[in-house]
Amino acid sequence: MGAATVVGVFFLFWILWATFRLGIPGMHWSLFTKDTPPPGTDGYGLRNAFVGSLMLLGMTLLIGVPIGLMAGTWLAEYGFKSRTANTVRFINDIMLSAPSIEIGLFAYAIIVAPMGHFSGLAGSVALAVLMIPIIVRTTDEMLSLVGNDMREAAVALGAPNSSVITKVTWRAARAGILTGILIGLARISGETAPLLFTALNNQYFSTNVFRPIANIPMVIFQFALSPYTNWQQMAWAAACITVLFVFILSVLARLLVGGVQVQK
Amino acid sequence: MLNVQVSAAPPILGQSVGTNHTQVKLAVRNLNFFYGKFHAIKDINVDIRESTITAFIGPSGCGKSTLLRVFNRIYDMYPGHRAQGQVMLDGEDILAPRSFGTLRSKIGMVFQKPTPFSMSIYENIAYGIRLYEKLNRSEMDDRVRHALIKAGLWQEVDGKLNQSALKLSGGQQQRLCIARALAIDPEILLLDEPCSALDPISTAKIEELMRQSKENCTLIVVTHNMQQAARASDFTAFMLNGQLIELSETTQMFTRPSDQRTEDYITGRFG
Repeated sequence: MGAATVVGVFFLFWILWATFRLGIPGMHWSLFTKDTPPPGTDGYGLRNAFVGSLMLLGMTLLIGVPIGLMAGTWLAEYGFKSRTANTVRFINDIMLSAPSIEIGLFAYAIIVAPMGHFSGLAGSVALAVLMIPIIVRTTDEMLSLVGNDMREAAVALGAPNSSVITKVTWRAARAGILTGILIGLARISGETAPLLFTALNNQYFSTNVFRPIANIPMVIFQFALSPYTNWQQMAWAAACITVLFVFILSVLARLLVGGVQVQK
Repeated sequence: MLNVQVSAAPPILGQSVGTNHTQVKLAVRNLNFFYGKFHAIKDINVDIRESTITAFIGPSGCGKSTLLRVFNRIYDMYPGHRAQGQVMLDGEDILAPRSFGTLRSKIGMVFQKPTPFSMSIYENIAYGIRLYEKLNRSEMDDRVRHALIKAGLWQEVDGKLNQSALKLSGGQQQRLCIARALAIDPEILLLDEPCSALDPISTAKIEELMRQSKENCTLIVVTHNMQQAARASDFTAFMLNGQLIELSETTQMFTRPSDQRTEDYITGRFG
């Protein structure tokens, strides 16, 4: 087991080392202030892709958090161990490991094809479908950890169910639920496959979510395969920033878990 | 000649005792309770008098906590839990379908384990009050302070009202829970082994709090601890296997109980 750990950690550090070695030389302020340059020119910037990615992540949260939170809450507070609830949990677990490219195809079929063009919205829907199962699972588990006496104490005061859930049990489990959302966000922030069929990419700065939108994973994919050295350098820098972003999310999630005081 | 056996109406315990006390607050008639098929409470008839402390004692599993959970219908949270009979609060049957909100504003409950909500000390008290009343900030401040003073917690938490209630000690948390329940001025307060998780000093404080509260409130306490029943209650009821065996004035119960089984339990022959 010790050897397996060493092998795993070795590859992890190799990947990180390669990313930083090739990415850090490409870090430059203009990445955040200038848009992606046309092919063959020596411009240097990723502003449109960063803004696009942040918009996609924001929309994904707007779609995914309410659905995931409500579904997880239903499972823990109303479904318990019933047949329906266990079926939902089973399907959710399958969704957890669904291949992301198929989720992209799904969003393509239900949004891109009927609309007739790629769009940021379709990208966010695809990412939300990937994120929801993670939020459902953690919300369900964290709420199940909240002791029943907490609910009984609120009900004994005469609180209606809605108040018991939103004011008492959600609050008791909030650190855990938030952790689930952060893990979900980290999971989707590097996803390229679902965006290939949905948000596509955009050479220009755009904030129109009904049109194709620039985003970091697609830029990495496209620029890394290009013949231009400045594009390749930007791809490494973007990869490096994505790794840092996920790393920060993971650390935040870990800190929250450390502070989790689920009341039993 | 036929030997016809006429079953007499079941005696109502508590009816003839303590008549020097105030009127009947809670009248329980022919009460049965089921957890699915398990018959947990068997045909209980008892009167609880206003502004008194009644302690229910008995071995584990005798149904004393279950009885308490009937009195504010907390069992309604769980499918398959079912009560039959009548529980009259000031002449009105609380087992009849009705809004639980008003019932639970009249009958509060404190649990074995302290159950502070994960919010500030202030918000813990304000939460219950807000369910029934719309107060402005200064009125709410007054109510919260008043509740904490009543629970003897004010001096310990003054200036720390915005701190998380989870940071309080176990005994303080339990007194906070009592303050939270008392803040909505219930007519009856149910306490389910409120001191079993606490140290002796905290226990003494809570018993003192119970004695002070009975002026405006009828208290019903379930306890495992016979000394506590002896110290803190006016009446003591003994339960065994889902039945109510005896209810007497506490002094009598612990000196000359009328039922042999009560005596056996109190002297430690079983349980």
